[in-house]
Amino acid sequence: MRLIREFEERCFEMALSGELVGGIHPYIGQEAVAVGVCSQLDVQDVITSTHRGHGHVLAKGADPKRMLAELYGTTEGLNRGRGGSMHAADVSLGIFGANGIVGAGAPIATGAAWAARRAGREQVAVSFFGDGALSQGVVLEAFNLAALWSLPVVFVCENNGYATSLPVGRGLAGDPVRRAAGFGMTAWSVDGMDVETVAEAAAAAVDGCRRGAGPYFLECKTYRFHGHHSFEQQVGIDYREGDEVARWQDRDPLTLQRDRLPADVVASVDAEIAALVEDAVAFARSSPAPDPGDALEYLYAGPIAARPGSVL
Amino acid sequence: MAPLAYITALHQALRDEMARDERVCVLGEDVRLGLTGITQGLAQAYGPERVVDMPLSEQGFTSLATGAAMAGQRPVVEFQIPSLLYLVFEQIANQAHKFSLMTGGQVSVPVTYLVPGSGSRSGMAGQHSDHPYSLFAHVGSRPWCRRRRRTPTGCWCPRCATPDPVAVFAPTMLMGTAEEVTGELGPVPLGSARVHREGTDVTVVAVGHLVPTALQVAAELAGEVSIEVVDPRTVYPVDWATLGESVAKTGRLVVMDDSNRMCGLGGEILATAAEEYALVAPPKRVSRPDGAVIPYALALDHALLPSAAQLTEAVRAVLK
Ligand SMILES: Cc1ncc(C[n+]2csc(CCOP(=O)(O)OP(=O)(O)O)c2C)c(N)n1
Repeated sequence: MRLIREFEERCFEMALSGELVGGIHPYIGQEAVAVGVCSQLDVQDVITSTHRGHGHVLAKGADPKRMLAELYGTTEGLNRGRGGSMHAADVSLGIFGANGIVGAGAPIATGAAWAARRAGREQVAVSFFGDGALSQGVVLEAFNLAALWSLPVVFVCENNGYATSLPVGRGLAGDPVRRAAGFGMTAWSVDGMDVETVAEAAAAAVDGCRRGAGPYFLECKTYRFHGHHSFEQQVGIDYREGDEVARWQDRDPLTLQRDRLPADVVASVDAEIAALVEDAVAFARSSPAPDPGDALEYLYAGPIAARPGSVL
Repeated sequence: MAPLAYITALHQALRDEMARDERVCVLGEDVRLGLTGITQGLAQAYGPERVVDMPLSEQGFTSLATGAAMAGQRPVVEFQIPSLLYLVFEQIANQAHKFSLMTGGQVSVPVTYLVPGSGSRSGMAGQHSDHPYSLFAHVGSRPWCRRRRRTPTGCWCPRCATPDPVAVFAPTMLMGTAEEVTGELGPVPLGSARVHREGTDVTVVAVGHLVPTALQVAAELAGEVSIEVVDPRTVYPVDWATLGESVAKTGRLVVMDDSNRMCGLGGEILATAAEEYALVAPPKRVSRPDGAVIPYALALDHALLPSAAQLTEAVRAVLK
């Protein structure tokens, strides 16, 4: 959690200063969800993530140096500078990519779980998405397929109360858990600000998936402390009333966990993370930009050569 | 060799590939029964785990195939009607197609989208008569528009073609046909056109089920004009070298393409020819009208499809 927080705070500054061109969708405030869930996964387990994906990708084990280099758009980045914030992926760690389309990862994770079963591998797939994604048809289609075939998928809905500016109560009919339960999945709602609560629920879900009792649905009630996107701060939009943010900040998942740990552990984690993030920033800043002549590299895995846009 | 039915060739290609590669599986609606004919008997041969009947959730199972492919499978997704591709455009154009580049080459998505019964079939009206391969060429998603059964496997099999997603459009008008097959049944190399008939005066580029029409017109006009008929076979990538050689010989070009005219494949071939080839006359294309919606009544349906009469007229026009 400390790594995600520190990493994101640095990214946020860099986005506001224009150093990171595309800006970011900050995950700050929601760290307990990514960490609680990913702490229960093995390396070969698969995750699909969202536009707000930094937390998931880091929690699944991505190298913060290469992750920041990716946000910088350099060749040392996880995706060699081709993906950036919204597509960060490390397939060797089962990270099938953050995804810029709301809900798009749910059927992809379901497919990974199905493939694992076909290949006889004991893998679990986790799909993270926001409350807004519950209104996407493709997510419900994924629920149906996963439940129909009892696939080892954990659907993790991070209910942070808003889909951009739309409060969940004005976007979602009914209740997320009951909606998921309607597909025949085991579904729980947990306090997404408490990493231990999330980890406990995730452990039960992952274990159930490994025993063939999947899929599971986990609603994590959480909150983002910043705006939807760094751009929002730059243009000064606000749609949250009064002291709502402050009330949630009182339940900061990092503080909650810090208070449970011995002071010396906290201090050493803080120091270690500060150094890690400094290193990442230095690494990203010094890693090379791709050659513009290579802009179409990786477009195809096979032997197709795309023609250029201008032929002289 | 006895005549081989087009549909049998599609079926046999799929069957062979399933036998060869355990990772190949078929996902689609009514595929166990084999409603479209292509997958008939495959569930009995390979089991329901590999020939999987899907609920009616095209977006869900199209991206399920993407995830499965990223995790090592080689799914073939069959769509019952071509317009379902509009429903899954996000999942193909914006997800499957983009993963290779977006991840910096970490993954590819070797899924085959099989579209049997593409294009107009009699009396199926507005929502069942489209033939949207140009749309997929536009986004770079490698559509094949198959015509000849001497080349069944190459169209969809990752081994022969490409590890990337591929859409195979099998035109309705060919589904019920059969033809003598000569030579080896083998894969079509990616982006390799076939010259069906040699000629010296006009190059006619015809796609899919329009190849027989072009050959018919070429035969009818044989005393008057010598037509070379070229079938690109894969509509993305296009075999520009073969097209260029043909036009270098004839200097004249007509494209016959069952796409809508605006931004269709025909337009692209004409544009490339204008940029790069030494044409001696303005080229022509025969296509559906801009943004066509195919009407129900048969006479109206046929009125909007590229026809032999239009091709004849276009050939005469480029000769002027
Ligand atoms: C299908 C789709 N619709 C709209 C958008 C634009 N968009 C990006 S994020 C977002 C809000 C998503 O809200 P939610 O799913 O609750 O996730 P959160 O941002 O709260 O993490 C929207 C509307 C998109 N990327 N994809």
